[in-house]
Amino acid sequence: MESDLLVVDDSAAIRKILQRVLRQTGMLIGNIYEAGDGQEALTLLETKKVDLILSDINMPKMDGLQLLAALKASAQWCNIPVIMITTEGGATKVGEAGRLGAAGYVRKPFSAEQIKEKLAGILDPAQAL
Amino acid sequence: MTVQTQTVGMNLQPQLIDSIRRSAINVFATMLGVEIGPGETSIEHGTLEANDGVVSFIGVAGAWAGSGVVVCSPELACRICNKMLMTEKSAINEEVLDAVAEVTNMIIGCVKTDLEGEVGPLGLSIPTVVFGKNFRTRSAGTTDWVIARFLWENEILLVKMCLAPH
Repeated sequence: MESDLLVVDDSAAIRKILQRVLRQTGMLIGNIYEAGDGQEALTLLETKKVDLILSDINMPKMDGLQLLAALKASAQWCNIPVIMITTEGGATKVGEAGRLGAAGYVRKPFSAEQIKEKLAGILDPAQAL
Repeated sequence: MTVQTQTVGMNLQPQLIDSIRRSAINVFATMLGVEIGPGETSIEHGTLEANDGVVSFIGVAGAWAGSGVVVCSPELACRICNKMLMTEKSAINEEVLDAVAEVTNMIIGCVKTDLEGEVGPLGLSIPTVVFGKNFRTRSAGTTDWVIARFLWENEILLVKMCLAPH
C-alpha cells in the first residue's frame, strides 16, 4: 500500500531535492505534499491524510519543533511519525525533538541512502532488514 | 554561563578555518556530487568589501555571535542550482537564490554544530540572499573575518565567517 508523505521546509530547493530523493527510494510512495512552514503544514493536514512527515526545524512563522509539539498534542495527528531533517546538529534541539516525540532525525547535508534508511524503518519495517 | 566564561579569551580561528573547509567540501560532495578544491584561507579585519554577484548571509547568535556569508558569481550560483536541483538555469531567479541560501544554511549549520562543543549552544537565522552589482556589505563590530576560498572548475566560492564572544 502506498504511503502519502508531507515535506515541510521553508527552502523550495530542499523540498524539490526531497521529492526527487523520495521517489528514488523505490519505496511505495503515493502523494508527496509540501508545506513551507509549520502553519502551512497544519492547514494542509486539515484536508490531507499523510502517513509520515519530514520536517525542517528552523523555519519562519512556525518552526519544526512547534509543529511537532502541535502534532503530538492533537488527538487526530499524534500518531503520524515525524522525521526531522535539519542542519541543527546541536544536542539541545535534537534532544528537544526527541523529547517531543520525533520518530527520527537526519542531518543536512543528507544522502539519498540516509533518507531511505530512515523511511524504511518507519514506513515498512520489513524493508529495513 | 560556565561555557561563556571559559571561552571568552579563546581564539576560534583555527577551528573555524578547519570547520568551514570540511563543511563546504562535505555539503558540495553530498548535495551536489561535486568535489570542490580548497584554496587559500585568510583573516581580514573589519568590513566586508565591495561585491558583485550573489551574497548569502546567516546570523549566528548565542554566547558567541556573528555571521556566516557565502559569496559567488551569478554563473556559479546558477551552476550550484543546476547541479543541486537538476535544472538548467542560466540567469539568477528565485530558485537559484534559494539554492544558494540552502547551501549557505548547510555549510554554516555544520560549522555551528562543530563549534557548539567549544562555545555552547548557538542559534542560526534564516538566510538572506542578495544579488546585485557593485554593492558594499558592512558588518557592525570589529571582528576579524575568517575567509576560505574554494574552487569549482574556474569559479571561486568564498565562505566567510566572523564569531566573537557576545
